[in-house]
Amino acid sequence: MPLPYIPNTDRDREAMLREIGVGSIDELFQDVPARFRDKPFNLPPPLTELELKEELCQLSHQNSNLDEYACFLGAGYYHHFIPSVINHITSRSEFYTAYTPYQPEASQGILQAIYEYQSLVCQLTGMEISNAGMYDGASAAAEATLMACRITGRKNMAVLSTVNPRYHEVIGTYGSGQDTTITELEPDFGELSGDCACLVVQQPNFFGYFEESERYAELAHRAGALFIVIFDPISLGLFTPPRSYGADIAIAEGQPLGNPLSFGGPGLGIFTCRQEHLRHMPGRIVGQTTDTDGRTGYVLTMATREQHIRRERATSNICTNEALVALAATVYLATMGRSGLRKIAELCYHKAHYAAESISRLKGYSIAFREPFFKEFVVRCPMSPEQINRALRKAKIIGGLDVSLLVNNGMLLCVTEMNSRQEIDRLVTVLGGL
Amino acid sequence: MNKGKQFLLPDISKPGKVGCRLPELDVPTAKLPTGKFLRQELALPELSEAELVRYFTALSRKNYGLDTGFYPLGSCTMKYNPKWHEDIARLPGFHSIHPYQSVDTIQGAWRLMFELQEALVEITGMAATSLAPMAGAQGELAGLLMVMAYHRSRGQSQRRKILVPDSAHGTNPATAAMCGFEVNTIPSNGDGNLDLTGLANLINEEGAALTLTMPTTLGLFDPQIDEISRLVHDRGGLLIGDGANLNSLLGKVKFGDLGFDCVQLNLHKTFSTPHGGGGPGSGPVCVKPGLAEFLPAPIVIRGENGYQSATPDKSIGRLGAAGGNFGVMVKAYAYIRSLGAEGLKEVSENAVLNANYIKEKLKACYHLPYDRTCMHEVVFSGKRQKAKGVTTLDIAKRLLDYGFHPPTIYFPQVVEEAIMIEPTETESRETLDAFIAAMAEIARETEESPDLLHTAPHNTPVRRLDEVSAARKPVLRWEMK
Repeated sequence: MPLPYIPNTDRDREAMLREIGVGSIDELFQDVPARFRDKPFNLPPPLTELELKEELCQLSHQNSNLDEYACFLGAGYYHHFIPSVINHITSRSEFYTAYTPYQPEASQGILQAIYEYQSLVCQLTGMEISNAGMYDGASAAAEATLMACRITGRKNMAVLSTVNPRYHEVIGTYGSGQDTTITELEPDFGELSGDCACLVVQQPNFFGYFEESERYAELAHRAGALFIVIFDPISLGLFTPPRSYGADIAIAEGQPLGNPLSFGGPGLGIFTCRQEHLRHMPGRIVGQTTDTDGRTGYVLTMATREQHIRRERATSNICTNEALVALAATVYLATMGRSGLRKIAELCYHKAHYAAESISRLKGYSIAFREPFFKEFVVRCPMSPEQINRALRKAKIIGGLDVSLLVNNGMLLCVTEMNSRQEIDRLVTVLGGL
Repeated sequence: MNKGKQFLLPDISKPGKVGCRLPELDVPTAKLPTGKFLRQELALPELSEAELVRYFTALSRKNYGLDTGFYPLGSCTMKYNPKWHEDIARLPGFHSIHPYQSVDTIQGAWRLMFELQEALVEITGMAATSLAPMAGAQGELAGLLMVMAYHRSRGQSQRRKILVPDSAHGTNPATAAMCGFEVNTIPSNGDGNLDLTGLANLINEEGAALTLTMPTTLGLFDPQIDEISRLVHDRGGLLIGDGANLNSLLGKVKFGDLGFDCVQLNLHKTFSTPHGGGGPGSGPVCVKPGLAEFLPAPIVIRGENGYQSATPDKSIGRLGAAGGNFGVMVKAYAYIRSLGAEGLKEVSENAVLNANYIKEKLKACYHLPYDRTCMHEVVFSGKRQKAKGVTTLDIAKRLLDYGFHPPTIYFPQVVEEAIMIEPTETESRETLDAFIAAMAEIARETEESPDLLHTAPHNTPVRRLDEVSAARKPVLRWEMK
């Protein structure tokens, strides 16, 4: 049976081959040495839309999804409310079936949306400029450290030990080719050494707690290093933005801004910095300009930093990014607006504190750190987090991240606006009954 | 597409409006931390839901997507994106799962990834795959970091040079530089193939690898592939493929058979996942056995208790905080399963047929620098038109007036005034004929009314934009108090 995605009929093919002047399609592959052509090729038999939908539906049921389970898991990917309006906008096929806006006259929609994105992200972070986005938070952090090396001419990257270990790993992967070194610092370190290109701090940190960010900014700047902040975009509804405490580069995972968890991808690497570093920035940037009739319009700009122009002298190799995820973040920030984002942050904060307070009253459980926190906190449990999570699953709850390698019997719990009081109470009851 | 005054979000914002109502707090309030952590001001726009929807809908109408019309953007494989794949990716069991859930609660996800790995191994003729890279360029990064790790593990750290053909995509040299390699450029010969003498002169004991796009960015299959592979391997180097053009080889030719040690794919090109206005993509890397232990983490394995993620012994590490762009993988998997072996073969055959059809029909109007059978795309030169004062840019802009998205232009850089056309297999002969007619008409206009081209486009929401002042005096955001 013909395939729905290939419109050529047999008669079309015959006519086209005649026009080309060959006898068969095989002749079109004549440049491929014969011994490499048409070797055995085995894949499962094809299925129709009807059949495959059923099979994939069943496969999807082998996953415990967060529409059916209460979720207290975070650690960099967060279960937040996604207003329906976002899906409806990102499902406009003029957006999602387009590619990189190389032809601005036919791409004003996505270009203007990215300009809005860059502006909204700057408003949110207090930073001066933003690019159009990177792959995810971790790779954005890695690109930020490489950018700091380019700016300072140094090769040592200082990373605070309370930074998400996965981010730490990705910084290591990206830096491995360029002979960079990573120095891991404990939070109470005294001075930053003069060979450091940057100091990377996460705010709130991996364990959910607020860092003394102003102190770290001062230590970084005193050593001539760039201060790189990894932030939680939702926390900025209530808490101080990175620029206010001295960030030179501020990056984040943008998934919480209106995007599904989707097993961790696609995400969005938010990448912002100070104006003076514009020419060192990786990734695409959209700028405002005018057309020949004087009308306002938008284009990809500052392209002399990028791989398609600068090749081996580019600031990064990134080409395809996460434009559609950035569009979702744009619609999210515009939907939430001034009061909505604050309200979401407040809901997270108070519910998380209610949960922490309730759990700390349980026999055998305690809160591991006393510092102020936002929506995540570490609980010391009376048994292994693995055992606890198994028990929680029976009660239709996805528990927190097992951080027992870092904190004895530690579990990193996350509470957001998605967790109702009943859900939190249910969690506390199950924990108390173990 | 409509014209009119341009508004931005702050222009339509008014204090007191909300786009979404949120529930009241259902727990007691906690004490907020001391003042220094608290934000004083957050200036974001305030709009009602209906205003937002109209604003973004108006923007979408100023954008050209594949569903709008023909999009022959060379090297990007802009093929139709089946609608039901979007629905599948939005099933709660795929869409609403956390990457750090315990392994027994996400067996379906790991299984899908495992089977996608297996399918890509079969398609490429390689031994192992990691789905971790989030786009093609990140797949290239993974590939070259593996090259480095491989040579280091054999005590060959002096291999610091990556050879890159002059026709290569910019990401190839940019990636090599990111990995700390030195880039050596290899010229193409008069037929558009790699200059073997140039390669032989440059590949020595310092050569780490040759990165080669196959078919090349000229849309040509280099018939010397055997000699190239032998030369690179004899001198101790690796052959690294850029799989951007896999759409012409599906089911016909396997990278593994051609001698490639590693190839990175683009699920958003070859496997029909939508390009999203610039992303997300997904860039799996497929390798021969000798590189498998260096693959980026995670890979998915099948064990006694089901599917799980694993880190290869000498892995180059992680590329992101999760396991790659899963949402994209779901759609690519659906595509492969719905086409099967025969269907994928038909894809490449029709993609190649369509490109050759355009080549034959347009070579009378436009200079064809390499007059030989092409693969899935054809590269013309606008130099005949340039001689009449009309640039390739003018031609591209004029195509917009005819309702087509222009091809890729000025790439590859080795072709003067390049026009790179990739029709893909999802276009009908009628569409191709309409495009051919428009291109022929534009060639005629070059002779008869060149001003029409110099001032094009005429029917788009904006006319030609001033890119020079955009870069000279960058305006990169609005500000709102």
